[in-house]
Amino acid sequence: MKTIRWTTGIFYLLLIGYAVITLVPFLWALSASFKPLAEIAAGGVNFIPEAFTTDNYRTIFVQEPLFGRWLLNSAIAAILVTLLNVLFNSMAGYALARIRFPGSQVWFFMILAALMIPGQITLLPKFLILKSLGWLNTYQGLILPTAINATFIFMMRQFFLNFPKELEEAAALDGLGRFETFFRVVLPLAKPALAAQIIFVFMGSWNEFLLPLVIMSDPEMFTLPLGLNAFKGQYISYWNYIMAASIIFTLPVLALYSFFNRYFIQGVTFTGGK
Amino acid sequence: MPGWLNHWWYKKQTQEGLTGYLFMAPMILIAGAFLIVPVVFSVILAFYNVQLLGELSYRFVGLKNFVRMVEDERVWIALRNTATYAAIVVPTQTILALSLALILNSQIRGKQAFRVIFFLPTVTSSAVLTLIFMWIYNSNGLLNAILSFLGLPTYNWLGDPAVALKGIMLMNIWSTAPLFMVIYLAALQDIPESLYEAATIDGASRWEKLLHITLPFLKPVTFFVIVMGMIGTFQLFDQSYIFSAGSGGPNNSTLTIVLLIYQYAFKNLDMGYALALTLMLALVLMAATLIQRAVFKEERLD
Repeated sequence: MKTIRWTTGIFYLLLIGYAVITLVPFLWALSASFKPLAEIAAGGVNFIPEAFTTDNYRTIFVQEPLFGRWLLNSAIAAILVTLLNVLFNSMAGYALARIRFPGSQVWFFMILAALMIPGQITLLPKFLILKSLGWLNTYQGLILPTAINATFIFMMRQFFLNFPKELEEAAALDGLGRFETFFRVVLPLAKPALAAQIIFVFMGSWNEFLLPLVIMSDPEMFTLPLGLNAFKGQYISYWNYIMAASIIFTLPVLALYSFFNRYFIQGVTFTGGK
Repeated sequence: MPGWLNHWWYKKQTQEGLTGYLFMAPMILIAGAFLIVPVVFSVILAFYNVQLLGELSYRFVGLKNFVRMVEDERVWIALRNTATYAAIVVPTQTILALSLALILNSQIRGKQAFRVIFFLPTVTSSAVLTLIFMWIYNSNGLLNAILSFLGLPTYNWLGDPAVALKGIMLMNIWSTAPLFMVIYLAALQDIPESLYEAATIDGASRWEKLLHITLPFLKPVTFFVIVMGMIGTFQLFDQSYIFSAGSGGPNNSTLTIVLLIYQYAFKNLDMGYALALTLMLALVLMAATLIQRAVFKEERLD
């Protein structure tokens, strides 16, 4: 009995220790965002700012007039990408699970194959096609290529396979067509699966760095990760500004995470090959 | 089958097929335009010399792009960096993830809170994490302050080729381990409780249970985590790019394969060669995924 209590104590110490290791970088960034430049340059290790200021948050919008634009670009892209993904992935997943149409098996295997292709591989092909369409530096160039996702088509298919058929049969008896049944009956009942899609797709799009880096060369069209990188190049030792900008960029995802963290864990275990 | 019924049946089938394709249409259009056509096109272009500046022009060069890879010193540097990176990051993050999952899975209060905290780096953008770590790695930054407080040597983390890649490794282990921890936690739930009960009756200690029940059960997941970790190291880009302002420096020490591809495509405007490199990377990653799937499936069927 005594040994068990002893190991439990060590376990708590280890977990708390690791929690500190996880939190310190974030707290250190948060702390820098409220320090004046002089205190940053002095290189102290105080987490509580000596001369607390909210100037950094105001200054970044003034010093970098495009900052608001980058935030807007990121929001437009992430929201539209999320809406399109949820709609298109669910439609495709539903068709693969429920509708018998010629070639459905072929499409299903193509989606399984697409699951193995990471974004880095399709980057240059995407760039070339967007260039020839004249879609570089446009919203549609950033949004449309990422408007579907093989992982979530597959997830939705699995979800609809386990969906009770009786509801759709009842809807059909009421004279509803396939589309009406899908939008009025099936989708409203698929909320948990849709929630998992929403947070993962939003997060992925919001945080994406490589694709916008390649597509957007006009600073007006940068998303925030690109903006942050450019901002860092310009204000190399102004860590107070860089950290304030980083915090602003992280808040939306953090809010989403704190509301939906249950779905996050489920989503990870699903995409983790379960 | 009477004619009218046959007709009705045929009509219904066609209608069903049509509906299916209407549901699939957005997916097919997007995948066709932005995945299938460009990928086929790029595989072909890997055998060409592509001129991006001004008029787009192509010249067939056969296997020249692939031969060039062997002689390209920077390809070997990027491969060596990736190998070093994988050799340190993959085992460390796997062991860390497993240990955290095992501890969280024991009789502990506040599991949920710990899990929420540990998972934070996973939801934060790589750009932000890299900037935060650069701020910590700053020569008069937090890490050096802690090191000198502990009486350890301090480093120029951002500028010294000997430690720059290690800085990225440290950050990567910190940010990726929690993701694999969650996968381990899910796998731990699948171990039948009856196995542990039987072992308790046989008088097995905690340690023996871990060694003879838990770890063997986690073998397939561990394989999955290792392969995913290796694939992840081959895909490394954002951190190196931001860390080195796109150069892969200091002295090529943070050059990764994807960064090299990016440089050839967009700095040297050598698209054909960049596509040939991409094709090689794709083959490596797909081979890794196929092996992982095959082994994972086999282990599960056992």
